[in-house]
Amino acid sequence: MKLHEYQAKSLLKKYGVPVQDGIAIKVADDFDNAVSQLREKGINQFVVKSQIHAGGRGKGKVFNKSNREELIVDGGVKFFGANVDGAREYAHKILNNILVTHQTGPDGKEVQTLFVAEGLDYKKELYISILLDRSVSKNVIMASTEGGVEIEKVAAETPEKIIKVWVEPSVGFQAFQGRELAFGLNLEGNAFKDFQKFIAALYKAFEELDTSMVEVNPMVITNDDKIVALDAKVTIDDNALFRHKDFEELRDLNEEDPLEIEASKSNLNYIKLDGNVGCMVNGAGLAMATMDIIKLAGGEPANFLDVGGTASAETVENGFRIILTDPNVKAILINIFGGIVRCDRVANGVVQASKNLNIPVPVVVRLQGTNAEEAKTILDESGLNLISATTLAEAAEKITAALA
Amino acid sequence: MSILVNKKSKVLVQGITGGEGTFHTTQMIEYGTNVVAGVTPGKGGTMWQEKVKIFNTVKEAVLETKADVSVIFVPAGFASDAVIESAAAGIKVIVCITEGIPVRDMTRAYDFIQSIDKNGDEISLIGPNCPGIISPGECKVGIMPGFIHKKGKVGVISRSGTLTYEAVDQLTKLGIGQSTCIGIGGDPVIGTRFIDAVKLFNKDKDTEAILMIGEIGGNAEEEAAYYIKSKVKKPVVGFIAGKTAPPGRRMGHAGAIISGGKGTAAEKIEVMKECGILVANSPAEIGLTVKIALDAKKKSLKAKKSDKKDKKHDKKAKKSDKKTIKKKK
Repeated sequence: MKLHEYQAKSLLKKYGVPVQDGIAIKVADDFDNAVSQLREKGINQFVVKSQIHAGGRGKGKVFNKSNREELIVDGGVKFFGANVDGAREYAHKILNNILVTHQTGPDGKEVQTLFVAEGLDYKKELYISILLDRSVSKNVIMASTEGGVEIEKVAAETPEKIIKVWVEPSVGFQAFQGRELAFGLNLEGNAFKDFQKFIAALYKAFEELDTSMVEVNPMVITNDDKIVALDAKVTIDDNALFRHKDFEELRDLNEEDPLEIEASKSNLNYIKLDGNVGCMVNGAGLAMATMDIIKLAGGEPANFLDVGGTASAETVENGFRIILTDPNVKAILINIFGGIVRCDRVANGVVQASKNLNIPVPVVVRLQGTNAEEAKTILDESGLNLISATTLAEAAEKITAALA
Repeated sequence: MSILVNKKSKVLVQGITGGEGTFHTTQMIEYGTNVVAGVTPGKGGTMWQEKVKIFNTVKEAVLETKADVSVIFVPAGFASDAVIESAAAGIKVIVCITEGIPVRDMTRAYDFIQSIDKNGDEISLIGPNCPGIISPGECKVGIMPGFIHKKGKVGVISRSGTLTYEAVDQLTKLGIGQSTCIGIGGDPVIGTRFIDAVKLFNKDKDTEAILMIGEIGGNAEEEAAYYIKSKVKKPVVGFIAGKTAPPGRRMGHAGAIISGGKGTAAEKIEVMKECGILVANSPAEIGLTVKIALDAKKKSLKAKKSDKKDKKHDKKAKKSDKKTIKKKK
């Protein structure tokens, strides 16, 4: 689960990570209130930051929500210094409009929250992140002197500028590792000392919050030699959400595809894609392989959909409903490998679901495994527009024919 | 005839009294697996379906039954504890079926197992989030449908569940049997990786060819491919699912994600081909590709044999030449 910058910062702050201070607002009229609260803390410079689940906000463009064409302003993050009027005007302009960045795709994302924050004067931008290194099954801390740019770019162009430190699970993060990172980042004096506290707190937060990634880019050295997280990106391990019940309120459903939310309510794992052939499969690996075979058959997959182990009439019907909301779908391929689940049961489910719904496109149903023959008979004798197949190759041929 | 599990394996089921545990224990016993014990804390001393003795702890179960393989069906929140309990009790092959275990828990369990490994006491953890392991005709430890398998000489390693069944089914229908099939699981942190399973299959004299079914995310396939290039003489066939998967999205499995442009199917396929692995282009052709690899191996063996014959022939010919020369003299 992805978090917004303001949410990530408030969590990190609880662990003692020094973060840029600020207040999140959802309506522009709250802007003045936020500014006066920040002023009470002695803050006199301001920055306004759009909160969306995508990077590249500063270099993004804000478009009018009603026509999506009219450019309102360049930049989804802006520094205004003491110019509160300018900041207020900007806040009014961008809130509830569409921010397009290189990570959002051309459709962009609606800015529904703004983070009105302290404008800091700093002399250096650095990079720091913590994530799992899958190749060794240990967490790795990555740091770089090249802050403020995408780490992928640094990794590709100047990999020697990335310092990595692996944390041993049995002993956890150690002080010497903090020093190693600080020396690598050429930190001195107070910044060096500050960083030791910063990184220890950040690692503790990473572990205890069950995050799959924490990225602070940039982490800055302020003019008075303090280390502060200017930005923060935190992703929570979905598998661990059961022990963080309070995180449920941090979920921003506006950031998720409504169809994907709908699917998850029926325990279906659905991801919308841009193609013309919908598919419904049991198991994630087979679902990916089915998408691949759709492409080989001359189509493009319209979705990823894993119905899980059971594939009952109800799940199949829900699957159909979700696939059919996509107007681009010209054919559907159902691919179920019945091992423990019996194919004749799945076939009955498919027939029943097809009767309940009026399916306007050809449906190729490939059932393999236990009772596959009986299943084929059920489909063939249903009198419905269901095209049966037993092997994957046959299913692919029938999809090609259906698209022709 | 197999790796890790065989007809001598004594299997212990952790979470035997739960729904999943009960269902799959029944299936395993039906397949012929020797299930010697169950563990459900608090139910020790009772019997599971009048067939299997239940213990409170893995330690007690191992002491009394000499179980050497465990299979875990406990819920995600308790599963890493179950893995560590098995490892601490001296179980050698731990199969964790449970899906949805937090990564933080698994990194610790994995580390614990590594630390035991370093003492020379090797443990194979399979999974989590996997279908398990089966040596056809001998022992099934997991949730795969037993009937699709056939005893034979191809070792199968896969990150997926149903896609493995698909591949195995294709093999069996072509008359190609399997020595052992391992589902290594779709999580970011897993015990036995492709490279570990490849090493075991390479050593197993009854495995003649290896089939590796991978998917997007991580670089475990590449790691195994480089090992294969340098150390494995047996034919290896591969398939990677997710050529059409978009970047940045988790495709069902927690580990199946292209992140920062890394872990794409194209990247993996390229490395595998470069390392001499025959890669199936379509998931419908996995079985066929294994057949091609096996046939090619047979041909080259025949060619070698006839080469040897030819050489012998040559030697004889040379000898007889010499003789004739001598005679002439």
